[in-house]
Amino acid sequence: MSTELMLTEDERKQRLKRNLAATWSWFFLVALLITFEIWARTKYDGASFLLNPYNVRSIALFAAIPLLLGAGQTFVIISGGIDLSVGFVLGLAAVFMALVMVWVTPTTGPLIGIILGCIAALAVTLIPGLINGALISRLNVPPFIGTLGMFGVARGVAFLFAGGSTVPVNNDFLFFIGNGSVFGIPVPIIITVVVVGVLHYILSQTRFGQYTYAIGGNRNAASRAGIPVKNHTLKLYLISALCAGIAAIIYTARFSAGAPQAGEPLLLDSIAAVVIGGASLFGGSGTIIGTVIGALIIAVIQYGLVFVDVEPFWQFVAVGAVIIVSVLVDQTQSKITGDEHSDG
Amino acid sequence: MADPILEVEGIEKRFGGVLALDNVSLSVHPGEVVALAGDNGAGKSTLIKIISGVHSATAGTIRFKGEKVRFENSQRVRDAGIETIYQDLALADNLDVGANVFLGREPLMKRFGVLPAIDRAHMRREADKVLANLNIDIAAHKMSNPVRMLSGGQRQAVAIARAIYWNASLLIMDEPTAALGVPEQRKVVELIKSLKESNVAIIFISHNLADIFAVSDRIAVLRRGELAGERLISETNADEVVKLMVGG
Repeated sequence: MSTELMLTEDERKQRLKRNLAATWSWFFLVALLITFEIWARTKYDGASFLLNPYNVRSIALFAAIPLLLGAGQTFVIISGGIDLSVGFVLGLAAVFMALVMVWVTPTTGPLIGIILGCIAALAVTLIPGLINGALISRLNVPPFIGTLGMFGVARGVAFLFAGGSTVPVNNDFLFFIGNGSVFGIPVPIIITVVVVGVLHYILSQTRFGQYTYAIGGNRNAASRAGIPVKNHTLKLYLISALCAGIAAIIYTARFSAGAPQAGEPLLLDSIAAVVIGGASLFGGSGTIIGTVIGALIIAVIQYGLVFVDVEPFWQFVAVGAVIIVSVLVDQTQSKITGDEHSDG
Repeated sequence: MADPILEVEGIEKRFGGVLALDNVSLSVHPGEVVALAGDNGAGKSTLIKIISGVHSATAGTIRFKGEKVRFENSQRVRDAGIETIYQDLALADNLDVGANVFLGREPLMKRFGVLPAIDRAHMRREADKVLANLNIDIAAHKMSNPVRMLSGGQRQAVAIARAIYWNASLLIMDEPTAALGVPEQRKVVELIKSLKESNVAIIFISHNLADIFAVSDRIAVLRRGELAGERLISETNADEVVKLMVGG
């Protein structure tokens, strides 16, 4: 490579630093796995953490729902926004799905029942998605405020419709979605991999993805280049809400109940996955693969600490600390690449 | 002389209570370079943003290629054949050179034979070509970096490259040489001359009277939102232009 030879010593160092900053989350994940492996082996007389298929499966299941929320959140954050409502939109969708299934299954049977339930879960998310998108793209409400409002509204509506408690559902197909396996792979993981794969393709390969980055990089420039910024922004909040709907289907299926508070702890996890994955909260950068790594890191911390029998509250401390560290890494990275994060 | 490609008539623009442009008219012919001059706040940038679809005029009409047009957004304006180099460059700083040249018009290819995907290799190749035509040298390894890592002059070159790549019939240049060193400024002046020879109409905004006199055919001077005067370059001089700019 002739271009490699043209690099000065300084440029080579800078490039190395940049690559390190971009891949630190991979190293961190590996370091975490090694830590828990050693920890588990010392604590349980040589019992392996990672070579135990049950653990791997559990970590993947742990990661699935936050990852679905995080994948939608990735689009929103890259565009320079944030969606604080995803957790309770998940709860709202879970409640509607359960209610519809309880209501229709006696007349339609379980198969039609679950199909209508899934449609209900996805359809109901379009309402908060559209409202979020319209508030932010048309009425210039700051994303933080608009989606924080929706956080409250979705929470209240979900509890109202659920009558203040959870809505249990019994359906064999539903149980299969939540707890079944195909060729030994749990169905929730298959669904998550497919959805996240499609979103990865859209973000990295299509014009839609490119416009998302352009809007996050320079909104005015995107608009002057002829990108329909307002419509595009609206669609991003719809994607985020739909991801919450898909996550709601998996949640309802795993626990055979629609719970209004289902997504409560997941908001932090979804944002953390995106940020740990290398996205900047100032917009313009981030990838779905990064978010996958971020979600895995969180799941490994949460599951690993349980596995080595540490008090569960340490999970919050550990995940919180990792979020702060990853934002610090993002700041250093931007110093290296010369981006001042001036929002203009 | 041929019919004007752009005719702006009686343009008025208000921002709240402020009258930014008052009854401004201007026309540009194919192959003609019209300089737009005026002090800061005279309304130059507002006028070109109205022509390029960023703002809409409060009153007045725009005719392009003989037809009355209503430019509601930048997409329509670019599709009609008008490209703009903005003073702030309007680059997406997080994207690379190719992505900026093709911003909003990314070429597509088929991935796996079916799925539409952006053709990044094509964008990169074309960006290389247009920069080479401009005699701008950006090291190969920097072409795939975000443009925020480029120098001010290189970034300006990217903005210029984007505007000329699309073979526009009208090119609007708002301070295209502001971030450039003297040799690059010369290149832009040469570029304008060669575009003029290929019959492109150009609206050229600059603070540099020497540049204006070097490339323009005509100069229109704005003062406090009004057209203070219009002169053929061959029939005026710097003193007169400055007088028009400051009044009196």
